Parts: sequence; structure tokens; C-alpha cells
Amino acid sequence: MSTSTGTAASTKQRRLGFKERVNNLPRAVKILLWVVFAVFLFMLPLLNIPFITTEGSDFGGVLFTVATYVLVALGLNIVVGYAGLLDLGYVGFYAIGAYTVGVLSAEHAKLSWVVVVPIAIVVAMVSGVVLGAPTLRVRGDYLAIVTLGFGEIVRLTLVNSEWLGASRGISDIPKPPGVELFEVPSIDWSSGAPVVDLDTTSTFLKFGITDFVPYYWLALGVIALVLLFDILVKSSRVGRAWEATREDEDAAELMGVPTFRFKLLAFALGAAIGGLSGALFATKAGFINPQSFELLLSILFIAAVVVGGAGNRWGVIVGAIVVAYFPERFREFADFRVLVFGLALMLLAIFRPQGLLPPRRTVRAKRADARQAVLEEGEASA
Amino acid sequence: MPESTEPNRPDTSAESTAQTTPEATAEPTAAAAADDATTRPAVTPTTDATAPLADPADEVTEINPDVDITPDDIGVPEVAEGERLLEVDDVTLRFGGVVALNEVSFHINKGEILGLIGPNGAGKTTCFNVMTGVYQPTSGGIRYLGKPLGKRKKFQITKLGIARTFQNIRLFANMTALENVLVGVDAHHSTGIGAAMFRLPKHRREEAQGYARAMELLTFMGLDGKADELARNLPYGDQRRLEIARALATSPQLLCLDEPAAGFNPAEKAKLMELIRTIRDQGYTVLLIEHDMKLVMGVTDRIVVLEFGRKIAEGSPAEIRDNPAVIAAYLGVDEEDAS
Repeated sequence: MSTSTGTAASTKQRRLGFKERVNNLPRAVKILLWVVFAVFLFMLPLLNIPFITTEGSDFGGVLFTVATYVLVALGLNIVVGYAGLLDLGYVGFYAIGAYTVGVLSAEHAKLSWVVVVPIAIVVAMVSGVVLGAPTLRVRGDYLAIVTLGFGEIVRLTLVNSEWLGASRGISDIPKPPGVELFEVPSIDWSSGAPVVDLDTTSTFLKFGITDFVPYYWLALGVIALVLLFDILVKSSRVGRAWEATREDEDAAELMGVPTFRFKLLAFALGAAIGGLSGALFATKAGFINPQSFELLLSILFIAAVVVGGAGNRWGVIVGAIVVAYFPERFREFADFRVLVFGLALMLLAIFRPQGLLPPRRTVRAKRADARQAVLEEGEASA
Repeated sequence: MPESTEPNRPDTSAESTAQTTPEATAEPTAAAAADDATTRPAVTPTTDATAPLADPADEVTEINPDVDITPDDIGVPEVAEGERLLEVDDVTLRFGGVVALNEVSFHINKGEILGLIGPNGAGKTTCFNVMTGVYQPTSGGIRYLGKPLGKRKKFQITKLGIARTFQNIRLFANMTALENVLVGVDAHHSTGIGAAMFRLPKHRREEAQGYARAMELLTFMGLDGKADELARNLPYGDQRRLEIARALATSPQLLCLDEPAAGFNPAEKAKLMELIRTIRDQGYTVLLIEHDMKLVMGVTDRIVVLEFGRKIAEGSPAEIRDNPAVIAAYLGVDEEDAS
């Protein structure tokens, strides 16, 4: 995004941050940039850009996976980043969302996708409240342990419950109803230069079994909605109450913040978004079993949030992309994936302990700290 | 709102220099410790002494006493000036075998400044904690506006109009000064997830009202230029003031200040006295815990003295100064040496 749009401005005003630079642009230009960016994201799976496109696996499918991670990261960011509640069992909500879709649309009923997904969100949200109501009275590390247990309980329940398909899982989850509006051509780079390929197309919103691009579009739309929701809620009394609770729970309570209520709200919203993501995953996969919801996934979700910068919604999006996309892109090194991942995390912890894109507050505080350090140095020498 | 309307932050490089939090806290605790070691009221004015890093006068942020910060109507019954606002009735608090408060009774009248003093460990802060719902008394109770507080939760008590600051500063460190105060104003707001999501009129009204009140309070405290600074980057004195602003934001009937002068130099203490008086004149009732006798004597209308969890004296500053029990508590009695 920044490669084409940023360079022109960057030469002139290098010292301003990216955000300030963008904010300084005229309104029309800003809107235009957003439109271009949106179209780019929409077209991304069909552009087949060399190097970015994954070779081994279907790029549309990879992008869909990345999108579900982004969604999960946004949900988990509300819990971990805003409210400061370390939730290590987030995969539980993801699984609950996916299984609700599976059970209600394939295993025990044949409800339509349109009906099932809202139910999945509600079920995940309720499970968040059910988990949160007793456990949110404990703090910090204890909460992490309790939630870790929750994630495992969900998985073990799935494995052992015949009603939920036990270890064979649930298959033949129906596709969402589609409308065939128009076809989007792809780009072919095989001749060295981009050529519009009218034979390989994706139909806008036809949810098939071979072409995963429409699922990606669906996820993209959902992300946009969740982002909007996030922005609106964060910049309100609710967001401030979350942050105050994270900073100092007792002080917040004494300043009139009903902290328990707000923690529960964060938990429920996070769970709902996790459930939604799981529902999308089940829809696209068409088949789910307990192995899709291992503990490792919870760790990856947390990693996405922490790598990106907990508390900054754009940061966690970047984190999710890093965590979900790079292992797919570099599948050749599949055997070393975990090794490289661990190494990357260590480097990150050393060089960017606040994440790739730390929240605004950290950046600002650092700047002030640096300013102070310089002044103190000057004073000491004087 | 914070994202879109971020005003240009003034470059505050100059004033945030010398008295940064670490040195400032280190210096005062040492001073307080010295006071305690001699167990002697700090009546000796140290105007000339120990100028630490920079000229202390430079550090004192000027307040703007003319800004109207009168409390908002928070829907609690009005109490006439001089009537009893809060009564502590025979409060006893035990932690296992330790009696932290022993049948303590006193009251606070509307519109006064009441000092709560006593040697270290006398139970002053514990008393605050009982009043603000942090602890439930073992026996006895608190009557506020004529009604018992009962088992109300902390945030509910705040909503009823009792706000406090903390002995150790407990700001929301990674939020801006403005956001800190906004949290306080929010105590009486009810915007929920729905109103925020759809930007209902309620959200807009409350945000506008909250922002206006928060800015008023920051201006009153002389902190309006630092509204967008993170709380943890403010100089020590400003953090103290910001804590008071945050407490005032909840429009309390009763403002409890827990050692607001801790770590202040004499110049800052003088400013603080002026500030406390101004706050009272703007319609607040103040309960003040303080070690510094000069400050307490200078600013309060009445004083309650605690020692070992027991009330040993109550009266006007002049009465307290001459009270033998108080002198004994502070200086210690030496029976052999009766000169």
C-alpha cells in the first residue's frame, strides 16, 4: 500500500509519521487512496503478483486463512490489547463458532447459512459470558491459566462427544447461498508481463468448492465491518473504561468504572468475533474436526496480537498477516517453520518488544522518554 | 473522538526536564522518612534549604482559580452548607488479630475542609478505604447523606459522590491526561456498546459534555497545555494535580485527598493549600489526610486525630495544636524527663 502512495510524500517530509503524512493529504485524495487500497485488496488473489503469491497452495485459500487470522486478532485485541485480559484459550470460541455452524447446518439440522452464522456469534458470545462470569474475578496469570484450561476443555469435549461427531468431526457443511453477479478476470504473468486472463475468472459471490476467492471476499467484508465496530466502540466511554481497567483496575473502580461489567463485555465481544471467525472457517472448509482447534492455534492467535502490537488494531492486523501468511509463503522451508518462527519471535522480543506496530501511546511515550533522556544527559554534562 | 480531534501537541520539552518522576519521588520519600524518624510535626519551614535540581519555583504549575469547576448535578440529595454530609459511626475494622480501626466516629460537614491526621500506621488511609468501599467495616458503619452506605461497591460509592486520590499516585499511566479525566467524568455517563456503535445522540451529548468538563478541569489545574501528554510522562507535581482533577471529574460531594502534598517542596505546598481552598470555594467538601502539620493547620477548618486506629482528638486547628494527647502522640511522652 505504501510503496506507490508513500514515496512521493516521503521525500519531502521524512520526519512526519506515516499517519500524519496521510492525514495531511486533501480529503479527496484520502478517499481516493482508500478506494484504491480497497480495490487492491479485493483484487489481490487474482492479480497473481509474483513473489507475493504463494506457489504451492491456492492463493485465494491462503488469503482466506490470513483473513480469518486477522479477524481473530481483532477480536483477541479487544480482550488482550484493550482490556488487558490475557486469554490463552481463545481457540475455544473459534471452535464453538465453527461447531455451531457444523451442528446446525449439517450434523443435526439443515438450517441455512444466513441463519446459522448469527446463531454461532450468539452462542460464542454466551460461552464467553459463561466463562467470564466466574473467572474474571481472578487476575493476570491466574486468568491466563483458567482460559488455557477452557480452550483444552472445549477441544476434549469435541473429541469425546459422539453427538458432536467425536474425532471424525463434522463434514458436508453446506456452502453459503451465493449470487452470481459478475466475473472478475485474473492476471497472467507467465509471459513476463501482466496480461489480463479472461479464461481464469472468479465469480463474484459464487461459493464453490474449488475457487476460494469468494470466501476471501466474504471475509474481507466481515473484517471491514468488525474494524468499523472496533473503531467506533474504542473511541467511546467503553474503550476508555477498558483501558482504565487495564492500567489500574482498583483505581478504575474507584473512579466509577464498573470494571467487572466492562471486562465481561470485552470478553463477550472478543468471543463473538472469535466465533464469527470460526464460523467462516467452517463454511469454507466444509469439514471440521477437533484437530483443527489445537492449543497451538491459541498460541498463534496470541502471537499475532503480541507480534503486531497489542492495543493497536492496525498492528494486530499486521501481526496476523505475519503469523498466517509467511508460513504459507515459505512452505519450501516447511520443516523449519517452527524453528524460524521461534527465531523471529526472539528477534522481535529483542528489537521490538512492543510489537511491530506498537499502540500510539507507546510510540508517544517513547518519544517523550527519549526527549527526557537527552535533556538529562545535557544537564549532567553541564 | 481522540483519533480525529487530536490537537497539535505543544512541545513541552522544557518544563518536563528537571523534576521527572524518579528523582522527584526519591527526594520526597527521603524527606518524609526524615520527618518520621524524628516523629515531629514538620513545622520547621524549609524555605531556604535543599534546592534539589532546579529552582523549585519554576516547577510549580500555576492553577487558574477562576475557571468554573463546580460539581455537576449527579442526582443525589442536596445538603445545606454546614449540615452533616458523611458520618463515620463507631467503625471498627479488624484484620485477623490486628485492629486497624477501633470504634472511630467523626463526621464531615458540607462545605468544610476536614483534616485527618495521625502518626504513621494510625489508620488514616484505612479510614479512607472504609469510606470508599475498599474494605467493609467489621462493625459500625458509614452514613452518607443520612443513609448508611451498606455493602455498596466501590464504583457505586463513587457515583454517589465520594471520590478520592491515592497516597501513591495511581493514574492510568498509558492514557493521556485528558483521557484520565474523561474516565472520571464517565462515572456519571451511561453510553454503552449500542450507543457507541451507532453514534446515538446520547453518545455525542455525553462525549461533548465530558470533553468540556474535562478541559475545564485541566485548565483549572493549569494542565490544559498537557492534555495530550501521557500521564506517566508528566512531572511529579502535575501527576498529583491530575489525580485531583480526575477525582473532581466525578463531581463528588466529598473529595478525599490522601497525602496530596507528599513529595512537594514548600513552594508547591503553598500552591496546594491555595488549590484546596479554591476547590472548597467552588462547592466541594474536602477530607484531607496529610503529614505536613503546617499545611494541615493552615488549610483545614477542623481536624480529627487518629492514633493506633483510635480517635484521640477532634477540634479546630488551634485546639489540636494545644491538645496534650496529640502532642504526646507526635512527640512521645517521656515520664522521667518531665522538664
